[in-house]
Amino acid sequence: MSYVAAAAHEPRSFWTRYVWSQDHKVIAVQYACTAIAVGLVGLLLSNLMRLQLGFPGRFEFINAERYYQFVTMHGMIMVIYLLTALFLGGFGNYLIPLMVGARDMVFPYLNMLSFWVYLLSVIVLMAGFFVPGGPTGAGWTLYPPQAVLPGTPGSGAGIVTMLVSLAIFIVATTMGGLNYVTTVLQARCQGMTLLRMPLAVWGIFTATVLALLAFPALFVSAVMMMLDKTLGTSFFMPSLVSLGRLSAHKGGNPLLFQHLFWFFGHPEVYIVALPAFGIVSDLISVHARKAIFGYRTMVWAIVIIGGLSFVVWAHHMFVSGMNPYFGFFFATSTLIIAVPTAIKVYNWLLTLWRGDIHLTVPMLFALAFLCTFVIGGLTGLFLGNVSVDIPLSGTYFVVAHFHMVMGVAPLLVVFGGIYHWFPKITGRMLDDRLGQLHFWVTFLGTYLIYFPMHYLGVLGMPRRYYEHAGYQFIPPSAHALNEFISVVALTVGAMQLVFVVNLAWSAVRGRPAGANPWRAASLEWFTPQSPPAHGNWGPRLPVVYRWAYAYSVPGAPQDFIPQNAPPDAGGFEPGPEPLAQRDRAGKPGVRIRQGGRPRHAYRRARHGGSR
Amino acid sequence: MTAGSALPLQPGAGPARAQAVGIGLWVFIGVASALFSLLLLAFALRMNGSDWAPVAMPWQSWLATASLVAGSLALQAAARAAEAARPVQALHWLLVGGACAALFIGLQSWAWQALQAAHVLPAANPAAGFFYLLTAMHGLHVIGGLAGWAVTVPAARREADRPSAASLGRLYQPASATWRIRLCARYWHFLLAVWLLLFGAMGWLSPDFVRLVCGTR
Repeated sequence: MSYVAAAAHEPRSFWTRYVWSQDHKVIAVQYACTAIAVGLVGLLLSNLMRLQLGFPGRFEFINAERYYQFVTMHGMIMVIYLLTALFLGGFGNYLIPLMVGARDMVFPYLNMLSFWVYLLSVIVLMAGFFVPGGPTGAGWTLYPPQAVLPGTPGSGAGIVTMLVSLAIFIVATTMGGLNYVTTVLQARCQGMTLLRMPLAVWGIFTATVLALLAFPALFVSAVMMMLDKTLGTSFFMPSLVSLGRLSAHKGGNPLLFQHLFWFFGHPEVYIVALPAFGIVSDLISVHARKAIFGYRTMVWAIVIIGGLSFVVWAHHMFVSGMNPYFGFFFATSTLIIAVPTAIKVYNWLLTLWRGDIHLTVPMLFALAFLCTFVIGGLTGLFLGNVSVDIPLSGTYFVVAHFHMVMGVAPLLVVFGGIYHWFPKITGRMLDDRLGQLHFWVTFLGTYLIYFPMHYLGVLGMPRRYYEHAGYQFIPPSAHALNEFISVVALTVGAMQLVFVVNLAWSAVRGRPAGANPWRAASLEWFTPQSPPAHGNWGPRLPVVYRWAYAYSVPGAPQDFIPQNAPPDAGGFEPGPEPLAQRDRAGKPGVRIRQGGRPRHAYRRARHGGSR
Repeated sequence: MTAGSALPLQPGAGPARAQAVGIGLWVFIGVASALFSLLLLAFALRMNGSDWAPVAMPWQSWLATASLVAGSLALQAAARAAEAARPVQALHWLLVGGACAALFIGLQSWAWQALQAAHVLPAANPAAGFFYLLTAMHGLHVIGGLAGWAVTVPAARREADRPSAASLGRLYQPASATWRIRLCARYWHFLLAVWLLLFGAMGWLSPDFVRLVCGTR
């Protein structure tokens, strides 16, 4: 959007500045605050579950019905309303325009609407706690038929509020997604080619495309289940006897719901993971003072993972039964997706190799992500195999796997990202000591929680059970382990309050950060004002001459070269050889194209070396 | 650090704005295509049930199809007229296109009433459920299109009230109405294509054919 257009929606009052704001930065903070608030509710629910699992029967108010309601709401809140909203709505909104050199999102009004519709979805979701019968307790996958049958907690108004909330959330995500994709494609500043965008933008962009294509599956399944519930249709509901009475439904296909749900559900894993991959790449590069290793392969890996994520969904349904050839196909495609993922892990390690590693709090979280993601990913290889998945599918092994790989790992990146960009957002640093405390307790704590769960799973301890007493195959030591896990979970939960306190305190009293406290090279750190003013760039947009990873360039006066430093500064991205050869030939015509490559930059890089 | 031009290099007005909205529309069409593809897939998979009983398409739906075809042609004519700098003609065709879409909604509602009068209710059998679901989903997208059309009409009217292109000669510059009408036309064509697919599937796709394709017969 032009400077004039950006000025047109410049805030002129408290309401337009902080409430009905069309500024992407304010909307990002609104998204993040709402997501963190609802995430704290999800965290509280998980702690209540752990109280029951660690100390069964000790807390009378946690009966079986409430336990299942806690499980369901915890899962849905964390996956959809916290992680998806925070990565796309929070990080996406804040970072995309600043990192690509835009003044704002291309559709600011739609962007504002996106947040308010998201907030509405959260309000409807939370309303589920107050409707008769409480929220649904059908499990976060909401499988029919039990999700709508009497006997399941919250099968009345609870499931309805959940489905309505999901439908509203998907509308909000679509509004936001249209903005993110169009902004990346259309609003990049001069010189910002697609292959100069930071990997954080690539991750968010690809995840947004995934969200736009995958969320319709959830929308379709939510609407059809809603009709089954309210109008008595039989899309998913089979003919059955429930509580001694023949239901009015007939012929519906519950497996159809599972296919639709997981066609959304597996890309959802990568909707959360891809932004995390991108952000962590940037954190590692900045805090290791080294260019990201294999930038182009990192980009292609993100895109390929995104594409493959649409052809693996049925590995969540091995126990539902399927044609063995399908099982073979989905097991194979699941294992194939490990290849680009492994490439990313190797590239992160090679970026760290012989880097000037600064163990700042964001870097600690980035390194913790690497460990956690690798371990969570390795257990995914187990579960991708049909013959291993079937005995483990109903156990705590799966709980451990998905919490490590798509719960804890992305959350560690969320924390790392917040510690990294908080100075940009507020102009102040987060308190380092509280940050270190938060990191170590969270990192070690989550390992103490989820590592033992693998053993519980191998023992055969079933997940989804309210109580595990009276099963001979579960030894007393497993119960002791559950107590231990619960105590650690409560500790880790409490530590997140320290993080929230740090956010609130540092936003007001934190040490002033200056314009670029991490000495980063990417564009968002070079706005005329910090925190950036409305319109981001003042009267003139920036021009970009290089990628975002010009660190420790030999001969450079400092160990980073901003993306928008004049071409003489060097530090260009590795280019395709044919173009470099053309440049060596010394063709005249130094020019910079919109979103194109400044050719003189290559010539100087090749002839004059890095300066 | 270097700074670029103060010119609007990014979408805010003019051609850049048109391009941005055009990309946004393509993205939305992608999302809507995913939605309708999944609905059609669910429709085809549900056909395998023993309780499936096809619903005869009400004659109102045939009329509705004709009105949508007419609307699409009218919008195409409007876009051509706008590009050829004939804004008055463009406005007329634009109004015709919108009226056809509104008529489509009315006829679909009539089709619903006709089915309900014949006791073909959503819960009666899955084919009926899908008829109501698919037509409702498509109708909502048509109503969304009419919202965009309602924004375009004032721009087209302003354009039609300006001095004519012929009198301005080389000074004539196409206004924002042109690209708006072009995008309306694109969306109308998309709505028509989706409806033809849905109508065809609901009217002629048979469980036997689905089983043949899936290899389950």
